[in-house]
Amino acid sequence: MYEAIVLLPLLGAVIAGIVCLIGARNRFPGEDPPPPAHDHAPAAVAGDRPRVAPAPHAEHAVANTPTQTHVEASEHTPSAAGSLLAELTTSTFLVIACVLSWFALFDVGIAGHEARIPMFSFVSFADLHSEWMLRIDALTAVMLVVVTTISSLVHIYSIGYMEDDPYKPRFFSHLSFFTFAMLMLVTADNLVQLFFGWEGVGLASYLLIGFWYYKPEANAAAIKAFIVNRVGDFGFSLGIFAVFYLTGAVDFDAIFAQAPALAGKSFHFLSWNLDALTVVCLLLFMGAMGKSAQFLLHTWLPDAMEGPTPVSALIHAATMVTAGVFMVARLSPLFSLSPGASGFVTFIGATTAMFAATIGLVQNDIKRIIAYSTCSQLGYMFVAMGVGAYSVGMFHLFTHAFFKALLFLGSGSVIIAMHHEQDTRKMGGLWRKLPFTYATMVIGTLALTGFPFTAGYFSKDAIIDSALVSDGPMASYGYAMTLGAAALTAFYSWRLIFKTFHGEPHDREHYEAAHETAKTMLVPLGLLAFGSIAAGYPAVSFFTGHGAREFFRQALSLGPAGKLFESAENLPLSLSLLPTVMMIGGFLVAYQFYIRRPDMPEALARDQNLLYRFLLNKWYFDEIYDFLLVRPALWVGRLFWKGGDGFIIDGFGPDGVSARVLDVTRNVIRLQTGYLYHYAFAMLIGVAAAITWFMFAGPH
Amino acid sequence: MIIGLGHYLSVAAIVFTLGVLGIFLNRKNVIIILMSIELILLSVNINLVAFSTFLGDIVGQVYALIVLTVAAAESAIGLAILVAYFRNRGSIAVEDIDLLKG
Repeated sequence: MYEAIVLLPLLGAVIAGIVCLIGARNRFPGEDPPPPAHDHAPAAVAGDRPRVAPAPHAEHAVANTPTQTHVEASEHTPSAAGSLLAELTTSTFLVIACVLSWFALFDVGIAGHEARIPMFSFVSFADLHSEWMLRIDALTAVMLVVVTTISSLVHIYSIGYMEDDPYKPRFFSHLSFFTFAMLMLVTADNLVQLFFGWEGVGLASYLLIGFWYYKPEANAAAIKAFIVNRVGDFGFSLGIFAVFYLTGAVDFDAIFAQAPALAGKSFHFLSWNLDALTVVCLLLFMGAMGKSAQFLLHTWLPDAMEGPTPVSALIHAATMVTAGVFMVARLSPLFSLSPGASGFVTFIGATTAMFAATIGLVQNDIKRIIAYSTCSQLGYMFVAMGVGAYSVGMFHLFTHAFFKALLFLGSGSVIIAMHHEQDTRKMGGLWRKLPFTYATMVIGTLALTGFPFTAGYFSKDAIIDSALVSDGPMASYGYAMTLGAAALTAFYSWRLIFKTFHGEPHDREHYEAAHETAKTMLVPLGLLAFGSIAAGYPAVSFFTGHGAREFFRQALSLGPAGKLFESAENLPLSLSLLPTVMMIGGFLVAYQFYIRRPDMPEALARDQNLLYRFLLNKWYFDEIYDFLLVRPALWVGRLFWKGGDGFIIDGFGPDGVSARVLDVTRNVIRLQTGYLYHYAFAMLIGVAAAITWFMFAGPH
Repeated sequence: MIIGLGHYLSVAAIVFTLGVLGIFLNRKNVIIILMSIELILLSVNINLVAFSTFLGDIVGQVYALIVLTVAAAESAIGLAILVAYFRNRGSIAVEDIDLLKG
């Protein structure tokens, strides 16, 4: 069963990929390899590609030349052949995997049937042995459910969303490949396998952000996402090496068995003695920071919104970006032994939660607002991880996947309805035109802001409470930041709703043309809206309190968390109501700003111009990085390119030698004038010299 | 004044020099080059005949006749080439003939 869950998406990706390749070949036949009939065509001598067919095949040649230019192809190009096949296969497989995953959740989480399924030996070299094994415990089961559920809904949604796109098979192939890589990541039994999935989702993310490859911004965003993730992965791979160095193993079970013995050990590096566990955890967390777009490595996530909206929902909201959180949870036996690293996790998480929320306040692009919201919510999860409430962090991951995917897919619906307009300033009053989307997005917003008894309420308040009662390092900072961010979250979420769906339509033409979208898009919205409400309450007993211990068993390190849950349950009412109060405060301010007095935000922005610009420009992070890293890197690169390679190596190496040869030949060529009398003269001189030599110095 | 071998050889040397100079000082016409070659061959012939006479050996004169034959054949071929060349290129000026240039 678990094999099927993991491998069905791969099968779907392969089938869709084949459809895509066949389609590409039919679209551009004769490109590569050339058709055999034209092999000996004399026209090829003309230096062109063999697509230039000889005269008898003239009409064939016309059919061969690409009829559509890639640029701005999306509107009028017909869909690739086999799109329907690709869509249906991948979606069906995902739905099957999803159903199986829910069974798995009940089988593993409630009935307690954990499993290890060996598949094949992956790497076996000297001391390094890594088995390809599916590790199925409650943690994995939760992730399986999240990934396959969101992924199958996104697949179905994409059938509608990508309707006009000519490259659907490629899209679905990548989407399914992503799902496979993500499942590989969550079922990993050792660090090497985890890293495989980790890089696989990174690759899929790159491919899907750059899906519309004829858009320069999409390419730039894809490259940025990839490079920023490399920074994180650099730390992550160092962490894996360090773990292997310390324990001699990459299997989770072997590492966790040795972890207690590692506590207090130190690590001699250059002239420092470092605490081994802390160093390892910090390095591993660096990978999580990159993947989960945490403070300092967050810059790629908002740019990643250049990709199609279903991609944003699946990869950049619900699943891939939570891989960092999952990784910390998976390695919780290590992190729980290192208070220093845990404190750092809390600090980064809390900072991100607050920082991203402040930026979200003033953004205007509907997808960017939600992207910063994602960033902020990931910060919440890391706060939970940092204070030791791993199961609570997983709880928020679980619920967040539903309502954040819902918000993204809802905004995708709005974007389609508005004919690819993403600027909230040009929307407004849409609730009359898009009642269903409006209703589901309000549900998503309620869940995100933590309205009582929605999914977000349980998980988010559990995080804030855990931060409050924890005595870990940075916990109080985490509490303050998450509490403050709760108010900001409510403000920007409602701002989004009010600006998009309420008020006067700002762009009458778009407004008139707006219409509710296809059924395949609305059904996933409805299901996710249901999940956003219902995923909270039934799950509370599994993720918090004593239920968590029975649910997760050995999958998470819940040592200190038991104490946390107890004191969280005994909080005074005033403190446990505080997050809700903050949420209501944020809502009221948004209501005042965007419904009752729509002129107020502008006035405030004018008053606080400096602050407004600071937030609008995302704390100038892109500019700072550009100045501190990108430009020096470009400068160094240019130096090595122009100076090192171009001048020194090429100048004295190949180019220099060939230039000297050319110089010499240029002079030699001058001797060869082609004039008969020059040759005759040379002959005469030669004969005269030869005779002279024979006469005076010749052999006697 | 008795005309001796030295006089004949001097004439031959002068003709030879004229012929050689004619080849590489001439910038105008390929026909002049052909004529210069004839001059060179003639100077050789003068040498051959002069030595033949003074040494009383008839072989030299036989050899001179062979040289004459070769010279006639050579100028016939040369002129034929010239005609063909002129038809193709429209010019037989020496300066224009530089197709062998590198």
